[in-house]
Amino acid sequence: MSATATSPTLDATRAAHARSARRRKRVDRIGDGALYGLCLLAALLAIATIVLIGYQVVQGASPAISKFGLGFLTDTTWQPNFGEFGAGSLIFGTAVSSFVALFLGAPIAISIGLYLSLLAPSGVRGVVAPLVEMLAAIPSVILGFWGVLVLAPFVQGTLEPWLHDTLGFIPIFGAPETTGASIFTASLILTIMVVPIIASVSRDLFSAVPHDVQDGARALGATRWEVIRGVVLPSTASGVVAASLLGLGRALGEAIAVAQVVGAGSEIQASLFRTGDTLAARIANQFPGALTEMHKASLFYLGVILLVIGLASNLVAQWIGRRFGYGGGAMR
Amino acid sequence: MSEPAYDPAAPLTSSGNLRRRQLFSRLAEYGATAAAVLAVAVLAIVIYTVVTRGASALDLDFLVKAAPAGIGPELAGTAVIVAIATAIAMPVGVLIALFLTEYAGRRATRLIQLTLDLMNGLPSIIIGLFVFGLLVDQRKQSGFAASVALAIIEVPLIARGSQEVLQLVPGNLREAADALGVSRWRAVLGIVLPSALGGIVTATVLSVARAAGETAPLIFATSVFDPSRYSLNPFEALPNVPVRVFQLSEEANPSGFAEAWGLSFVLVSLILFASLGARALLARSKRKMAS
Repeated sequence: MSATATSPTLDATRAAHARSARRRKRVDRIGDGALYGLCLLAALLAIATIVLIGYQVVQGASPAISKFGLGFLTDTTWQPNFGEFGAGSLIFGTAVSSFVALFLGAPIAISIGLYLSLLAPSGVRGVVAPLVEMLAAIPSVILGFWGVLVLAPFVQGTLEPWLHDTLGFIPIFGAPETTGASIFTASLILTIMVVPIIASVSRDLFSAVPHDVQDGARALGATRWEVIRGVVLPSTASGVVAASLLGLGRALGEAIAVAQVVGAGSEIQASLFRTGDTLAARIANQFPGALTEMHKASLFYLGVILLVIGLASNLVAQWIGRRFGYGGGAMR
Repeated sequence: MSEPAYDPAAPLTSSGNLRRRQLFSRLAEYGATAAAVLAVAVLAIVIYTVVTRGASALDLDFLVKAAPAGIGPELAGTAVIVAIATAIAMPVGVLIALFLTEYAGRRATRLIQLTLDLMNGLPSIIIGLFVFGLLVDQRKQSGFAASVALAIIEVPLIARGSQEVLQLVPGNLREAADALGVSRWRAVLGIVLPSALGGIVTATVLSVARAAGETAPLIFATSVFDPSRYSLNPFEALPNVPVRVFQLSEEANPSGFAEAWGLSFVLVSLILFASLGARALLARSKRKMAS
């Protein structure tokens, strides 16, 4: 740098500096590469896991797939002792229980989202919002256990007779069974699980609606409900649909709590108050005791169906979110 | 454009419509409030039942002793399974989050986020089937298989939570490091990660709270165990809380129910305590970083 003659000690320190800088550069090159490599590896591991899960489940199901083919989806017999398997009644039970859960849960959850984002005073919001999220933190097995011992007797003794008496002319409200285990009880448990998911996503959506638009509507004389109906809901509709689909995905895939309260029936019945079974619950109930290879493979086949439905509902939710400008995926 | 009959000088008179509209609005507000009250009430009922029925069984012996008298082995087993799962999931999750915030381009980010979302949305029973096919079939059940399953559940949660806080790390910290000629990895390990540490720990605790109660995968991985014996060896089937509750709930046995309530009480209080604490911590560290 300087034009003046340099002293030997300065030269030495300069050389030492250069050496250490070179070493540092080398270490840095290795360190940069290593960190990048590790991060990339972790990301690839996640992708590989998803692929491997799909492969493994299909692989396990392959004997049943090759034996029953697509007829498995509509066949309603399930007799492990005779080696006959079909998923028809389970697909029915899964669809019915999940849709009832969504039918009951989505309006409640969206109302909670509205309440938390627009109506509640901030002090109340700070208390209620975490409480609603805590509902999602309760393990499904405990919710199911509670369902068996607390909810099912109430449903069987009070709710179902009442619904049957008042609305019994509609076939879905048939005569209650003796145990309280029914598709309807399972739907109620699923409702409890679905509500916090949809509520927290829709709360975030509603809070993101710009305030000036709402204020404009208020200034034009709209009531609070009219602001919600005319401004908030239309601008977030796609996100709400995506949130509901996420909830639906959760309800479709829930195994344990449903297995505890649904009663493991295997017929297709119009009444919600009869026992039934779902894909996931059947796997959870029968897999530990499955003896024949075909029984196991058939349960894996149920898993394949579940995987396809679950991935589809998730992807559609994502697609709606991306397509219509709401970027959040599985926000939980 | 304007209506022909419009007369700006006309006095403003109520059409009687406003009252109806306001009433309707009021009712809608009550409805939304009622929905929130309902959700909180359900939570309160569930927790109340678990506490009243579970707390009566609870004492030190119950927590420490083995099967007929207590739930010690299940608690220990769950602790081991979740600890191993977290030891696997935390590094992977944090590295994925780092990849997303530090390295990935647009395309890669979308792909990986999609993967994480799919992983998160995967029914846990499918993960159970996967782990059964991968680690249990033709071999035997093991706590380790259960840990792998729980790790798959934890990774997307940790990755997403960490990514959120990593994005909050102020850009000028990174720029300052760049300006001083600090290499990328030193900047990441020395500056970015430490300042996001609080959030990462929170995300991990939340994921642990989620994994600890997960039952479906454990049915495949570690369901045949002896609850009267302590076991900490992850290469054999470990007693654990969720599967035990599931098994007891399927038997119609009053003393089993009492044990299951006790297990539920311990599990629920651990989970709620952890998730509430983590949330409070997260709120604080986010406030700190945002300011």
